[in-house]
Amino acid sequence: MDPVSLELPHTLRGPQATAGYGPTTRTTQPIVTGTSVVAFKYKDGIMMAADCLASYGSLARFRNENRLMKVNETTVLGVSGDMGDFQHMKHKLEDVMTHEYDMDDGQALGTKSVYKCLSNIMYGRRTNINPLWNSFIVGGVDGGERVLGYVDLYGTTYMADSLATGFGKHLAVPILRRRVEGRADEITEEEAVAIMDDCMRVLLYRDCRAFNKLRRAKVTAQGVEISEPYSLATNWSYAESIVGYGV
Amino acid sequence: MFRNQYDNDASTWSPQGCIFQVDYASEAVKQGTAVVGLKSKTHVVLVAVKRSPSELASYQKKIIRIDDHMGIAVAGLTSDARVLSNYLRTEAMRSKMVYGRALPVGRAVSAIGDKAQTNTQEYGRRPYGVGLLVIGHDDTGPHLYEFSPSGIVSEYYGYSIGARSQSARTNLERNFERFEELSLQELVVQGLRALRDTMPQGKQLDSMNTSIGFVGMDTKMTILDGDGTQPYLDQLDEAEAMDTE
Repeated sequence: MDPVSLELPHTLRGPQATAGYGPTTRTTQPIVTGTSVVAFKYKDGIMMAADCLASYGSLARFRNENRLMKVNETTVLGVSGDMGDFQHMKHKLEDVMTHEYDMDDGQALGTKSVYKCLSNIMYGRRTNINPLWNSFIVGGVDGGERVLGYVDLYGTTYMADSLATGFGKHLAVPILRRRVEGRADEITEEEAVAIMDDCMRVLLYRDCRAFNKLRRAKVTAQGVEISEPYSLATNWSYAESIVGYGV
Repeated sequence: MFRNQYDNDASTWSPQGCIFQVDYASEAVKQGTAVVGLKSKTHVVLVAVKRSPSELASYQKKIIRIDDHMGIAVAGLTSDARVLSNYLRTEAMRSKMVYGRALPVGRAVSAIGDKAQTNTQEYGRRPYGVGLLVIGHDDTGPHLYEFSPSGIVSEYYGYSIGARSQSARTNLERNFERFEELSLQELVVQGLRALRDTMPQGKQLDSMNTSIGFVGMDTKMTILDGDGTQPYLDQLDEAEAMDTE
């Protein structure tokens, strides 16, 4: 090799040059992670919530992270899984939205399009056997229609009136099945907040990676609103009577 | 062989400020038979006269479907138009696959406009020898654009390109203020009236040489040829008869 040639860190190297670095490796586990996202449709739009914690294993490492992202005027994205991979996705989506803004033709990318684009990226990454270690929930209002979709590191997608990721799939979904499913058109904002807080409270009690500082987002015809962090009232007096966990 | 010393390639200016190769390409558009495009509040229509190179040959296709929401009409080199339409079809499909959204018409036209512009600035290339009228319907309603070899794209209420298209444009200029409220049927007939003005002496619009294309909010891109055009031609005759009375 030419002795003065400059080696750039991101330049693709051939197999001969890369051999010295050892075999190709892939992310096999998430490192800094966010836990559940809960979301559902209600009368005026969609509501979503996630706490502010980014854990490093079981360590509550970063306690002021935002896991709800406003993608555009009608779309919000909720994230669980690896926070580094999320930041990568965040930049990608910001690039897409900047490109849309640059077009300057008054044709905004709707929630469905954002969801489709996100799903394609996730499926593409898993197909290259290099997935982004996340579960995402995309929510918004697209042409008057409420949209709520899920996509994860396998590129699996589904849409429903109520959704959750991670531990929320086990703990929040049963609550949402009972209180939201089939009545999405009648739930007022007040009731939606109550349902959401109940779900997040159960997660806080039972999910050891959950945190009592969370944000709530809503998307209505008026646009996206992401709340400031807030806490839930809890009662740990039950804990006194729990025995038998090696204590 | 050359008309002057400034037309050897598309990247040399003449002292008068012309790029002759681009001017020549624009002339190629005028060699093609005329196409007319016009739009209302809800729909946008293309009508075109097809030419057949000989008595024994079929008529050359003038209107090409790009997607359910978009189509083009061609004046000039048909083979160049096919390159552009293939590109547009690919882009339209890409938009559907990546974003699940129909490609906005303005962006489609800008994309081919940019391709045409590079051809007028890079050494060793030639401009496209074709003009297009692009119609389509997207979130911002119906659209009619003109694409020209110079890379200029413009949006219109009604426009015409091709041989003797000035007569059609004059017709459109007289009537375009009424187009907004017209139904799809009336719009097609109005288009045929303008197109008729471009026919040479002794030639008539008939079901063999007429091509009609339209698209709208709830109307997918449709192309009518042959017998499909007859009802509209009949209406054209009726309308003309009423005028002369």
